[in-house]
Amino acid sequence: MTGPVRDMRAWLVPLAGRVEGLILPVAALLTGFAVFGLFLLLLGKNPVEFYQLVYKAGFGTAFSWTNTLSRAAPLLFAALCVAIPARLGLVVIGGEGAIVLGGVMTGGLAAALAGWPALIAMPLLALMAAATGGVWIGLVGALRQWRGVNETIASLLMAYIAIALMNHLVEGPLRDPASLNKPSTAPLAETLRVGDLPGWNVHWGLAVGVVCCILAWVLIERTTLGFSARIAGGNVRAAQVQGLPVGKLVIGFTALGGACAGLAGYFEVSAVHGSANASLAAGYGYTGILVAFLARHNPLAIIPVALLLAGFEASSGLVQRRMDLPDATMLVLQGFVFVAILASETFTGRINLIGWLTKGDRT
Amino acid sequence: MNGDIGLWAVPLAMLGGAIRVSTPFLFVSLGEVITERSGRINLGLEGTLVFGAMAGYALAYLTGSAWVGVLAAALAGSVFGLIHGLLCSLPKVNDIAIGIALMLLGTGLAFFFGKPYIQPVAPDLPAIDLGWWSDLPQVQAALKVNVLFIAGAVLAVALAWMLKKTRIGLTLRVVGDSSDAARALGISPSKVRILATAFGGALAGIGGAYLSLFYPGSWNEGISSGQGLIAVALVIFARWSPVWCFFAALLFGAAGALGPALQSIGITSGYYLSYAAPFVLTLIVLILSSSKSGALTGAPRELSITK
Repeated sequence: MTGPVRDMRAWLVPLAGRVEGLILPVAALLTGFAVFGLFLLLLGKNPVEFYQLVYKAGFGTAFSWTNTLSRAAPLLFAALCVAIPARLGLVVIGGEGAIVLGGVMTGGLAAALAGWPALIAMPLLALMAAATGGVWIGLVGALRQWRGVNETIASLLMAYIAIALMNHLVEGPLRDPASLNKPSTAPLAETLRVGDLPGWNVHWGLAVGVVCCILAWVLIERTTLGFSARIAGGNVRAAQVQGLPVGKLVIGFTALGGACAGLAGYFEVSAVHGSANASLAAGYGYTGILVAFLARHNPLAIIPVALLLAGFEASSGLVQRRMDLPDATMLVLQGFVFVAILASETFTGRINLIGWLTKGDRT
Repeated sequence: MNGDIGLWAVPLAMLGGAIRVSTPFLFVSLGEVITERSGRINLGLEGTLVFGAMAGYALAYLTGSAWVGVLAAALAGSVFGLIHGLLCSLPKVNDIAIGIALMLLGTGLAFFFGKPYIQPVAPDLPAIDLGWWSDLPQVQAALKVNVLFIAGAVLAVALAWMLKKTRIGLTLRVVGDSSDAARALGISPSKVRILATAFGGALAGIGGAYLSLFYPGSWNEGISSGQGLIAVALVIFARWSPVWCFFAALLFGAAGALGPALQSIGITSGYYLSYAAPFVLTLIVLILSSSKSGALTGAPRELSITK
């Protein structure tokens, strides 16, 4: 091998890794879309019309962007709940539970804080919602660390428990007698409602979500803590030999992820629904899993991916009406995309970009 | 005697409930035992269960035969299992993550195709009256046992025998304990795992058909909220033994029947909380049966959940 080629390789190898990290998920995403298109075709529906409608209703007009952006906010938080623990190799998928409980905490506590000045009450509410989610998912990490309980199953079981708990609280102790058909907590005082971003028709949750993604990225990629977490996720024994506090990392990172999901619940109640009720269990936690996997657990990549999936969810209503499709259509699409994304993992490291780029230089 | 048996109604309703509610747990967990014994875990069985419930109900309605429904559910379930098995044999593909994706896809497809079948009424699966000896209507109701429950109990014993005494059972156990040893014996681990996962999917599908064709006996989108998942966790509790799955399924069935049983004697407060009972029970059992080292006694060594 000659000198210049070796120099080229020095920057080509990491570049190829990055390109592959981008190409693979995009190709998998397109494959998922194509398979779903085929599925529609088999049912006698027009896939081109479907994707055109999604584009129009999700991203086509200022109004559709507003809709998409407000749906993206909870997805950002929900995806962080998966991506942050994933740094340690943990597959936490019960973010829905933390969202729901964060929302109930907000709805329940707001009544007690009604007379407080908003400047104190609002951050307190957000903090308590985050703490609720943090404790809930942190418990998953603690069970994993102390008892070796599988975090995937435990977090999902706890999501069901959380939803039962929410139904109990909203139907019983926290129920506002005035809420007749749809049992809810008392509506939040106007002063405690989270408003829109100045000049936008989208609530503050979006901005906070984006900031959280950036902070999570800094934590994971640019701090020793994030680096330690990666070592602990890769090889527990090596991490222990290095004297890294594996237990604290596991519990800390799961709790941090849970806190993000708790914030999603806070914004859903304080900016969208106005009170805590069953609509908190809207499935954002589950879509968030897909967002995190599509973004390969990179918090910065979560932002565009969340936007894309939020656009799909925002267009759901129009697509159903225009094409006479059931409301589970988007769930099916998400399923196909998810399977394609995971199956594409098999190609990691197998696309020989470098070999292809330096073809002919080999001796 | 016509019916007022006071507080005895609760344990009786729970026994009856245990028998009625346990069947889906039993089928899903038996299927998962076979899958996990081969060294793979399929978390997607929740989706398979829901899709099985829909497919079984739809086919039973269209053909007028509940048994055709069961067959269709088994077939649909085995297709889901086959997809899981095939995808996971690709290098670097994680079986737990694929399970989550298939859970989403199975539920999505079931809701998608199931919309037209929410209203129509399909034929029920037959039940056998084992309570004929008693005059108490509660006892009679409690012991109205579905054929599938009995089939599941027989299957549990048959699978235990199969695992212990037959060549297929031995092959399965070798593959589950060491891929290398299996290869040395000329067995293809991925082929065995694909078949074992397809079989597990088929049983989960039958479990779903029981839900829509017998208890509660109609198809709707809330038909299974997490029962497939509980069944997967239950396998750990049952220590990968089919016979233990039977008893574990009864226990979880009883927990699931707690809410309706309490309601039948007029206790309604905390009704929503009682929904959480089987999940809380599962979690407690998981905590107690796991260990700090992460190693689970009796677990197949190739199982990714124990690594």
